[in-house]
Amino acid sequence: MKIRYFAWVRERIGKAEETLLPPAEVATIADLLGWLKTLGPEYEWALEKAEFIRVALDHVHADHAAAIAGADEIALFPPMTGG
Amino acid sequence: MTTPPIAVRVQAEPFDVAAETEKMTAGRTDIGAVVAFTGLCRAEAGRLSALELEHYPGMAEAEIERTAREACDRWPLMGVTAIHRFGVIRPGEPIVVVITTSSHRVAAFEAAEFLMDFLKTRAPFWKKEVGLDGAKGDWVDAREADDAAAAKWAR
Repeated sequence: MKIRYFAWVRERIGKAEETLLPPAEVATIADLLGWLKTLGPEYEWALEKAEFIRVALDHVHADHAAAIAGADEIALFPPMTGG
Repeated sequence: MTTPPIAVRVQAEPFDVAAETEKMTAGRTDIGAVVAFTGLCRAEAGRLSALELEHYPGMAEAEIERTAREACDRWPLMGVTAIHRFGVIRPGEPIVVVITTSSHRVAAFEAAEFLMDFLKTRAPFWKKEVGLDGAKGDWVDAREADDAAAAKWAR
């Protein structure tokens, strides 16, 4: 699946997007955030306060309890500051 | 009830509020109220030379459109226009405009406030400060007051 990062999440991880294949036991967004943190210190830094990270599945906001199965694009980003 | 016209744009270029309003009202005699809210870039007491706005292309348009549709479900609107800019925006320049039209003022006022409260907390845009020397500074923190403003519309 394609994972995209925005704002300081993007800066800390050091890339705007990547294609990853999480292991089968990664079922929810919370699982995904936990798994990403194991990929390296840059991920750990970006996701250290995982509860504040906002996530969208295929362009729609989703709770951390949401299942990721079937999503083509998952985006991780900080709370929004537009307007 | 058919959905009134909704126009959503996400763009780098400035916009013309008068021209956008004219597009919504031209040739109509049923609209009694137009509310236009424009959000401008502040210099933050002279600290900033600009804000740089990042956005999530595709989702930004979709989320604003969803918010506009919800406003149309809640209030008897005759049209909604919402334009949000991205890129480098200097103090005094417009960042966002929402325009609502209705037969009476209450719906237009309330819907415009609802749209702005939701855009601030749900539309995927992020502001980064640019200092007077042009150096990139900090990302703007999300404000709890904005979350509280959006929460008051829960139902």
